Amino acid sequence: MNRVVITGLGVFSGAGKSTQEFWQTVSNGRCVIGPLETIPTDDLQIKIGVEIKDFDPKEHFPKKQLGLLDRFSQLGLMAAREAIADSGLTFEGEDGDNTATIIGCGVGGQETIDQAYYHIYKEGRRGVHPFTIPRLMLNAACSHITMENGITGPAYAIASACSSANHAIGQAFHMVRSGLVERAITGGTEACIALGTMRGWEAIRVMTRDTCRPFSKNRTGMTLGEGASIVTLETLEHAKARGAKIYAEIVGFGMTSDAMDITMPSFEGASKAMRFALKDGGLDPTDIDYINAHGTGTAANDVTETKSIKLALGDDHARKVSVSASKSMFGHALGAAGAMELAVTTLAIKNGVAPPTANYEDPDPDCDLDYIPNEARDMKINVAISNSFAFGGLNAVLAIKKFNG
Amino acid sequence: MSTDEIILDEKENVMSKVEEDIYDIVADKADVDRVKLVRDARLDDLEIESLDIVEIIFAIEEKFDIQIPYNANDAEMEFETVGQVVDAVQKVIKEQS
Repeated sequence: MNRVVITGLGVFSGAGKSTQEFWQTVSNGRCVIGPLETIPTDDLQIKIGVEIKDFDPKEHFPKKQLGLLDRFSQLGLMAAREAIADSGLTFEGEDGDNTATIIGCGVGGQETIDQAYYHIYKEGRRGVHPFTIPRLMLNAACSHITMENGITGPAYAIASACSSANHAIGQAFHMVRSGLVERAITGGTEACIALGTMRGWEAIRVMTRDTCRPFSKNRTGMTLGEGASIVTLETLEHAKARGAKIYAEIVGFGMTSDAMDITMPSFEGASKAMRFALKDGGLDPTDIDYINAHGTGTAANDVTETKSIKLALGDDHARKVSVSASKSMFGHALGAAGAMELAVTTLAIKNGVAPPTANYEDPDPDCDLDYIPNEARDMKINVAISNSFAFGGLNAVLAIKKFNG
Repeated sequence: MSTDEIILDEKENVMSKVEEDIYDIVADKADVDRVKLVRDARLDDLEIESLDIVEIIFAIEEKFDIQIPYNANDAEMEFETVGQVVDAVQKVIKEQS
């Protein structure tokens, strides 16, 4: 089996329109949740989120290409451009066939769907834009990444709500590890700040009106934040042969299904996914230094996740490990969340800095681990895991290790 | 008859149309036998789950054309009994009418 390393990073989010800007934000524990500006909020009860500001797609895409791009594809392409440039990978000839493109997304073209329905039901128009379907389809971002770069290997989208990106990255990791391909472009993208989507989320009553405070007793729910994050993966051999820079190594991937409830999480399912990720990576629970939590800031997730960490690592080590919730800073990017959090985890390992849980105010007796409250922590991280737990009980956990040659 | 019982008795006698409508909605959305719905009935005992509550609140909002600021994460808004749901809704109706 091949060792699999991360050789390129790209992030395009409200916390930064490049990996460097993004890391600057999260390593300083800065929360970028704020009032929504790109959609009308007059009739919304939830008026906050994380949007990418000062982004004019016309400056980044030719008119003809842009006509085919829903916002989630635009974000995915922006992140992919940075990751691919960062990695130095090229895709001519067999190199294209030898690269997989596996992209997570929860819903697809939400803005496009909103617009089309507005035209049909509100304006009573007979026709919708002819590109409605190619824009909204869930694989659109994935396909555009392959088209823009000429990547001709296995390519598809993966959808598992909030775990989409971790499932996509885990799938790409397994493909590279097994030798099916030598390289992969993977991650997730989501443009979830659309009026219909916001209405849907506020209706399910798990959204906070002020800010996201994961693991804090006074937490009042989650916040949506759009974004995309893409990484390039390669076999260690391939990366070494071309002298690529290596950020970190992905060593394990664990997945489970709760098979229990469509919205309520199960600590057993989450815990097993962590154990399976460790087993897959040949790791012991005590090897873990840092956990990038799913940490949504809802009553249900944070207590369940705390319990599941204790079960997976054992009470003793669970209390020693540093845990933080990046969603406290850039919100929940749903199908892109795991990819953004992999970027956080990778940079945390590389830089020896664990980003904090922002907005942490009030200890909760039911969430009694070390959540790195409010300030980043300098610490050597050899092994980390990054958790994603989705609506529908689909759990996906990645294990990442410092690259030690 | 104790004072408590008298109050309860009066309440039951004058169960408002609003209360009846709410019970109908709860029975329908949570698939609970209508006769089991009394003020003191515990949601747990009726196997009414959090997602049922969200759907019940939405149906009530639609029915009475009101907005109920319910957040499933807020411990202060946790409902334990059917009566608490009815009281919360009646309060909002009063405020918003």
